[in-house]
This record gives sequence, structure tokens and C-alpha cells, in this order.
Amino acid sequence: MALPPEAAGGAAASTALGGSTIRKRGEHRDSVVVRFAGDSGDGMQLAGMQFTAESAMAGNDIATLPDFPAEIRAPAGTIAGVSGFQVNFSSNEVFTAGDEPTVLVAMNPAALKANLDDVPPNGVIIVDKEAFSEANLKKAGYTKNPLNDNSLDKYQIFQVDVTKLTTNALHDTGLNNRAVFRCRNLFVLGMISWLYQRPIESTVNWLEGRFKKTPDLLNANLKALKAGYHYGETTEMFASSYEVPPARIVPGVYRNITGNSATALGFVAAAVKAGRPLFLGSYPITPASDVLHDLAALKNFPIYTFQAEDEIAGVASAIGAAFGGSIAITTTSGPGMNLKAEAVGLAVKTELPIIITDIQRAGPSTGMPTKPEQADLLASMYGRHGESPIPVIAATTPADCFDCAYEAVRIAVKYMTPVILLTDGQLANGAEPWLLPDVDKLPEIKVEFRTDPEGFLPYLRDPETLSRPWAIPGTPGLEHRIGGLSSEDQTGNISYSPANNELMVRTRARKIAGIAREIPATQIFGDANGGDLVVLGWGSTYGSIRESVKQLRGKGRSVSHIHVRYLNPLPDDLADQLRKFKKVMVAEMNMGQLLKLVRADYLIDAIGCNKIQGRPFKVSELTNRITRVLEG
Amino acid sequence: MASALSRKDFVSDQEVRWCPGCGDYAILAQVQKIMPEFGIPREKTVFVSGIGCSSRFPYYMNTYGFHTIHGRAPAIATGLKVSRPDLDVWVVTGDGDGLSIGGNHLIHCLRRNVDLKILLFNNKIYGLTKGQYSPTSEVGKVTKSSPAGSVDYPFNPVNLALGASATFVCRTVDVEQKHQGEMLKRAHAHRGASFVEILQNCNIFNDGVFNDLTDKQTKADHQLLIEHGKPLIFGKNRDKGIRMNGQRAEAVQLGNGVSEKDLIVHDETNLALAFMLGQFEAPLPTPLGVFYAVSRPTYDAAMNQQLEEAKAKQGAGDLKSLLARGDVWTVK
Repeated sequence: MALPPEAAGGAAASTALGGSTIRKRGEHRDSVVVRFAGDSGDGMQLAGMQFTAESAMAGNDIATLPDFPAEIRAPAGTIAGVSGFQVNFSSNEVFTAGDEPTVLVAMNPAALKANLDDVPPNGVIIVDKEAFSEANLKKAGYTKNPLNDNSLDKYQIFQVDVTKLTTNALHDTGLNNRAVFRCRNLFVLGMISWLYQRPIESTVNWLEGRFKKTPDLLNANLKALKAGYHYGETTEMFASSYEVPPARIVPGVYRNITGNSATALGFVAAAVKAGRPLFLGSYPITPASDVLHDLAALKNFPIYTFQAEDEIAGVASAIGAAFGGSIAITTTSGPGMNLKAEAVGLAVKTELPIIITDIQRAGPSTGMPTKPEQADLLASMYGRHGESPIPVIAATTPADCFDCAYEAVRIAVKYMTPVILLTDGQLANGAEPWLLPDVDKLPEIKVEFRTDPEGFLPYLRDPETLSRPWAIPGTPGLEHRIGGLSSEDQTGNISYSPANNELMVRTRARKIAGIAREIPATQIFGDANGGDLVVLGWGSTYGSIRESVKQLRGKGRSVSHIHVRYLNPLPDDLADQLRKFKKVMVAEMNMGQLLKLVRADYLIDAIGCNKIQGRPFKVSELTNRITRVLEG
Repeated sequence: MASALSRKDFVSDQEVRWCPGCGDYAILAQVQKIMPEFGIPREKTVFVSGIGCSSRFPYYMNTYGFHTIHGRAPAIATGLKVSRPDLDVWVVTGDGDGLSIGGNHLIHCLRRNVDLKILLFNNKIYGLTKGQYSPTSEVGKVTKSSPAGSVDYPFNPVNLALGASATFVCRTVDVEQKHQGEMLKRAHAHRGASFVEILQNCNIFNDGVFNDLTDKQTKADHQLLIEHGKPLIFGKNRDKGIRMNGQRAEAVQLGNGVSEKDLIVHDETNLALAFMLGQFEAPLPTPLGVFYAVSRPTYDAAMNQQLEEAKAKQGAGDLKSLLARGDVWTVK
């Protein structure tokens, strides 16, 4: 279907478009960042995710960052209700979702206002013209319509009658106004898909699955999508489309994946490899609930998902399941970690394998539930009473969540210990292409339950790993009791012997410290033999740091990057690697928690680079800070 | 063979460390005595407890045992039972552990009807922490933490369990060995969460709290042994009963025109009756026996059934196809 150009409106805009960036059809771009922003009911997350899928299918490298309010439906049209989704797609390797959008799609005045500061001069802004009504302008706090007062002159503004065009396209569908209005996101998706030459087949397939049972809605959404696509092609507003050629990516089969989905799949893979059922005990909490949702849909593996009455029951049920021989996990976010702490201590003491997944969010207290932070590191290390060491692993990218979840299970089972897996809200909801692993080549996860009663003692340890036997109920002759009370070496009987208590505490600490021998050698990106400065990071800051360091190295600066996934124990060689550099900077989204560990454990005079805004580092922020440190 | 097991097979090698004279000894003895009758192998039996005097229990049972943390035994036992439906899982808790710090887990475990045998030792006091009032202590109770008398209104464990939609609720008392044995058997035979309140004397911090119920001289007039299908009769000479007067129960002397047929006949499936009996307090006698017993699908069975059905419908999980689900593309 082709729309006449007259239907477009916003004729003034076309000069801006034709005049600057967009010159001819099929113009090449290496990298584009699109941000979809609208009211939280406008379906911007969906548009963003489908656009991401289309870009992945087009062979680009991608990274995404959703940004949505904690309120499910904040008052429509207000700044508080603005929901955004940013995708960076490129023919080069992508490390972050991009500092600033090349293109901002703003579905209403509030979306424009909330995002305008991030758009660079001469950036493209596409707005739904009709949404800039007096009422909406007022809700967003505008006294004048910014589309008419020249305040946006430094940008390229495209005023599209999204609402009217969608309504026209759907006039014969018989849907009411509200249902038609809800298809605006598909119109916009179609339009942007045309603009960047994205194949829309994956979105068509998705819609066909989503609306299988409601053919009228399927028809309407497909019509809106295609209307948007054809509008882009037909209108004279966009003088050209862009081509972002495929990236040179490692060959293989890919899918697009979010961190939470990758986390869930990592646990499934580990349980399958271990040959044991997976048990998840969890209480819903943002941004962790998607792991529960994903696993609840996979009962046939078999997977038990227990939606517990509270956070404590979530971890407690996992401990019970681990006692019974399942691969047992619990998932939560910051506040839940505090509630689980006592039970995690029991798992430390009884040496049962469970995984506690903390999908970190901005705190303290309820904080900003949908925004990422890395401020639970020290709580993970030390946030329990008594001497209670636990391995801590942190994922670096959405796809890396798979590997880290898998590794967490492997370590837990091998060493008979609880393991904390840290991700965060950025990884959880961010997405990237994932090279599907070869299932047969995943590391072995060996579960060997003790069965021989001869010489069995509950705390008789493996001489190498120091792990105790996993002796599960149902095994004849191994009946025994474990518990939280201090217990005697080997027998596990209650013991208040002072020397024995110290022995047991030190033995558990040695067991965890010993995991370091399995940690791969620390990789230095940059100057392997040392240089002026190294940025040390962990977790989701990987992309921003890597991109910043790459850019600085491109300018000839002696800057390197080390990123750790194992936070407890830290790699044995880390201190020596850091000492090769004149300056060590620890960049993290907290007040300096890994910094504190590095300074305390290594006596290295490292400096911090910290951000506590519930937002990832921008590459430019890191680059500026590194530059100042180098010059200071 | 399981059938060949005796009491001593269930006695662990650990020295029992309750205070001499504690009511817990009698309960332990009864449980150890009754276990062989169930014909379940020791290795299939697990005792899970929280914290408190009662929670030492698992150490003394020669089965699998888990002495966990304060209040969380029902949650830990739920994870175990759901993932290991083949096991016979018991929870041992107390009035502080089960009704105060762990109240949330207890009520949710009961409403879900997880197939657990829950023994709540109620001594109406905190023993392990040396004598503070508990959530079942009576108003006015003078303890170290309530020198002017407690102003806390107590929970009624039976009615709390009924209110939490428990499917099996009974009450017994530590010294009534035979009755206790019967209740344990009934609780074990029930499929689902069985809630057993065991009134238990703490001879150190709350000695004699159940004397009326247990003293040979007085108990016949204070105990009301309730049995399904039988009229509510009590008293040394079995000459007293409970009848309805309007919408309220009252104790009556049999004779003088009042006969057994005027009395309430106990019905374990009548929730309203169970609540009413649970509410009995002096001068009415204290009911002992099964208040309520109905059948409802258990949580663990329902969940395992969902897993089985998913497997039957979709086949066993296939990791390779799961990882490649959705839009995939090949880079050459």
C-alpha cells in the first residue's frame, strides 16, 4: 500500500532532511543508534525489540538498552511515564548501546523533553506531530509547542502524522479508535525499518505468532507495519534510506538474546549437563522476574519453579532442593539479597550447592528498580554474619550471562558451595547477538552423589577441592544430619570446640580461595607488558570501557583494559598484571567497591571512576575521565 | 527390610541434650516408637527443623536430618518435598519458630498443602533463649521480657492452621503417649500438610502450664477427646458433654433429661465445627484429637504432575533446540 505524499504533512521538515545527512538512496553508514521513546503504553519496547531482531537478521552487530519507568502505567503523557528503547547497530563490533541516539523517535512531547538532552546537534528527531496537542504539551511541562518556536533548530526534525496515517491505514479494519491508536508503534517501526533497509519478515513472523488467536488484530498490526514501511518509501520527506552493511562477525548460528534469557538458559544447560533437575525458588522482583518466567515455561526439562511466599522462602526452598540433589537456584535483586543473607549463610555452613543470582538495581532500599547499578559487590562478598566466603561471578554482557550462569553451577557443584552470580538491570534487559554454543563442547559438570556407606562421613573432604560429599536423602546407609550449628570436622556432629570451629572456618575459606587455580589467566586488552594506565572493570561496564579504551588507543594513548568475571576469588595473577601499569583506574557503577578490594588486598594505589545514576557509563564520560587522569 | 525396623533403628548415636524432665523427651520417644509402623525405610525419611529447643529433634533421629535456621523449616522442607516427592518429610517446629519468626512460611505451606508432617511443639514460652513470652503465651504472662505481664494477645495454633486452609489439623499433649501415637499415625496417613499441635511442658521456664490437662486428678474434666462420628463427651465418669445452645457450644451434665443424642457429634470435615472447637477455652474443656481432615490435591503432586504433563506433551527437554529457539541466523 502506498500513501500519497500529501498525507504526510510536515512539509517544512523535508528541507532539513534532504539538506544534511540524507542525500541519496542507500547511503552507507557504519553505525547508527536509534532510540524509540514514547509513553509507557505506546509499545516502544516492542518496537525497539523488533527493530533489534530485524537488525540482527540484517547481519549487524547490535547492542540494546531499554529504559523504562518502574511504574507500570504512569499518568499518560507525563515525563514519568516515558519509556525508551535504544539500539545500536553497526557493521563494526559493537560494545555498547551507544552514548547518544543518531535518531530519536518521540511519540509525544514528554518523550521529546525527556530525551532531548541526549540528542547531539544535527541529530535526527522524528515526532508524531499530532501528539503535540495542547493537553500533551501541558502534561510534559511545555508552555509553547517546541515544534513551532525554533527551539529545535539545531536538530533535524521530521514531523510525521503518525496517528492520522495509522488511522487512515486501518480505517477499514473495524477496530475502535483505541485499538487503532495502539498500532502506532508498528507504523513507526515500519517507517524506521524502511529508513535503515531492515527486513521486516522477522516482525511479520512475530506478529503472526503473537496474534494467532486474534486475526483482526494481526491484520491491523500488519497493515500498520506495512503502511509505515511504504510511507517511508513513498513520502518525499525522507530523501533516502540508509544502508548499514553486515558486520564481520565470527561465523556461526546466532540469535538475539537478553541477559535474563541468557541467564535462564545457562542454568538450563548446566542442569542438563549435570543430568539433574533444575529447581528455582524465587519471589518476583524487578528486574529479575523474567528468569522466573522463562524457566516456568520449561517444565519438561524437568524444571521446578517455585514462586515462594517471600525472598527468604525462595532461597530456603532452593537449599531444600539442593539437599535433595537438584541443581538449585534462586533469583533476586538487591533488596532480596539482604533478605536471603541468613539462609545463604546456612548454605555456606552446610556446604550445599545453590546459586544466588542478584540482578542488581539502583539502591539503596527500593531505589530505582528498573535502573542498573553495581553496588551489591561488597554485600555479595561480605554481607553475611560470621566468616562466610562465597564465590562471586559477574557477567559482562547479555550473552555472557549464559556462560556465567553455567560456570556458577559448575563451581557450586564441584566445590559444594553456594555461588553468587551478579548481573544487573542493564544486562538483564539489554540484548546482543549470541553465537549459539556447541552443546557438546560445554564444560563438564559432574555430579557424583555419594552412595558407598563404607567410610562415609558428611564432612570428609576431597583432598584437592576440599569439597564434602553430596549425600542425598534416599541413599541407604548414609543417613546423617546437617545443620547450622558449628560442627565437628569430618563427622559433622555438633561441636563447640574452639579449635575445631577455627579449623572449619579456615577450611571453608581455603576451599573457596582454592577455586582461583581454575580461573583463566587475566587478559590485558592493550599493552600486555604494561603502560601508562589500565582500566579495571567488572560486570556490565565491559562495553563502555572497551569502547573508550579502543578509541583512546586509536589516538595513541597508552591505555589498557582488564575486565574480571571472577570477583571471589579474584584471579591469582591479577595483582601482578595491574602492577605493570603506572596507574590503575577502577571504573564501576558504585562508590568504589572493587576499588576498595583492590586497594585492601593488593595495596595498589588505584583510583576510582564512579557513576551512581542508574545509567551505564557513556563512552565519552570514561574517555574524559581517563584523559584527565593521564594528564593529571 | 523396612518392616523389620524397630524403635532403636531410629535412635541416633547423638546424646540427647534437652533439659532433664523436658516434655520433648516424651515426644521423641513416641516418634521413634511409631516410625517403624509406617514401613518406610530410614533413608527415605527426613526430619527438617528450624531453631529452638524442639528443633534439635533431627539430631536424635537416625534418618536424614536438617537443622536449619529460625522459622524457615517449612520453606526448606517445601523445596525438598517438591523436588523429591519420593521422600517422607517431617517438619519439627515450636511456637516461636513456627508461629513467630516463621509464621509466614507456615501459613503458606499449609495453604499450599505441601505433603509435610508438621509437628509444632507448643510450650507457650521461649525456652532456648531462656524464658521470654512466646506468641502463644497468655496475656498477662510474666516473663523476663514482660515483667509487668505480657500485653501480646496470643495465637491459637489450631485456628491459625484452619484459617490458613490446612487440610489436616490435630492436637495432642506430650504426656498422653497413646493419644500422641494415634495422632502421629493419622497425621502420617494424611496426604498433604498435616498440622499437629503438641502441647508440651517446659519444666524450666513454664512448668505446669498444661497441668489441668495432664494432671491425673483434673485431666478428665479438662480434656475433650474428639473423634469423628462420636458425640463430644468428657469427664471422669464420662457424664459431661458439649451441646449447641443457639449458635454457641456449652458444656452440660448428662442426665436430668440431657442425653447423648443432644450432644454435638464430631465431624472432621466440618470446618465451622473445627473452628468452634479450636476456640474452646475454660470453662470449656480443651479438645484433643483431629479437628479437621479433608482431602485436597497436594502442591508437590500437582507440580510434579505439571512436569509430567509437559514432558508427555512436548517430549523431554532438548537443550540444542531450546538454545536455537526463535529467530536465528547464520553468519558465514
